[in-house]
Amino acid sequence: MDWMVWTTPTAVFFAVIAAMLVGMTAWEVVSPTVERKGFLPIATTRGDRLFIGLLSAAYIHLAVVGFTQLSIWLALGGSVIWLLILMRWG
Amino acid sequence: MTKVYNNRAWWLILPMLLLVAFSAVIPVMTVVNYSVQDVFDAHTRFFTGTEWFREMLNDPALQAAVLRQFAFSLTVLAIEVPLGIGIALIMPKKGWQASAILILVTMPLLIPWNVVGSIWQIFTRGDIGLMGWSLRELGYGYNITSSPLDAWVTIILMDVWHWTPLIALLCFSGLRSIPDAYYQAARIDRASKWAVFRYIQLPKLTNVLVIGVLLRFMHSFMIYAEPFVLTGGGPGNSTTFLSQSLTTMAIGQQDLGPSAAFSLIYFLIILLVTWVFYTAIMNMQKDDNNQEA
Repeated sequence: MDWMVWTTPTAVFFAVIAAMLVGMTAWEVVSPTVERKGFLPIATTRGDRLFIGLLSAAYIHLAVVGFTQLSIWLALGGSVIWLLILMRWG
Repeated sequence: MTKVYNNRAWWLILPMLLLVAFSAVIPVMTVVNYSVQDVFDAHTRFFTGTEWFREMLNDPALQAAVLRQFAFSLTVLAIEVPLGIGIALIMPKKGWQASAILILVTMPLLIPWNVVGSIWQIFTRGDIGLMGWSLRELGYGYNITSSPLDAWVTIILMDVWHWTPLIALLCFSGLRSIPDAYYQAARIDRASKWAVFRYIQLPKLTNVLVIGVLLRFMHSFMIYAEPFVLTGGGPGNSTTFLSQSLTTMAIGQQDLGPSAAFSLIYFLIILLVTWVFYTAIMNMQKDDNNQEA
């Protein structure tokens, strides 16, 4: 594992992603997703919305880090809120 | 009667999953780890956080390379897709001509990338290359090592030559799968050639075109060997595309941290564009089906 040069933040990051995938699988087994149309222009399933949320989170982080002086925690907070809105009403 | 779904077959993809983890997931995780550190050797490394990302996003040379890359990919798509459809439409469907043309069209696809670069490098030389020499004899001062425009046109021409056959082959197979009944109905309606194309052939080609356009976008967005051999990214930086910038940084300068950050940005761009494209086309189809039903 040493050659992968792990750091705490990246380990936490991947652990959270893995936990999300496991959680989504469990949720799908308990109550299968139904495709529906929210405020997004396309009909989406739960997994679609999670993917859109994570992808936009990546871009939010890049924009904040690259083009503003704001703290990255702000980007993280914003992304989490956006992800929750997307999961609920997207 | 309710249908019982047996999902145990999913276990069969486990070996594939392990293979992908070994060949893709773990390396990508390592890239992510590198992107937040300055790694000197196995024991000396410093945590840099978001510094590399900030640096890469604000690098004017890389910003220019991104724009250049989009310009290139969109140009080759805009040429190759209509041209490929056109070629597929005029390809003979039966007899020995069909086989002969098929082999002829497939030929460029069989040539390795750097060989394609070498072929065009020689082809465009002013002293011994057929194209370079002819253009010079015709009075045009063609030179890909000094004129950015010549270099660009040549690279696009090379890509069109190399990859239009892929679109043509995909469309050809798509056209072959249209049942004859559609054409008979069109003949009864005395539909024009354009109407046949617009309402029968093009809709039936959507699926193969989605695959074709996605493949061509990803391929052209990652293009490396051909321009590297043909122009080396020059003149100046005028044909330096993203993967060449990345290779120079990672292999040439051994800047592993910045190049890891840059690869992740590169990956995110490809992921976003292909996802948007795929979703848009799949939804277009869904709407079409709903209208028909």
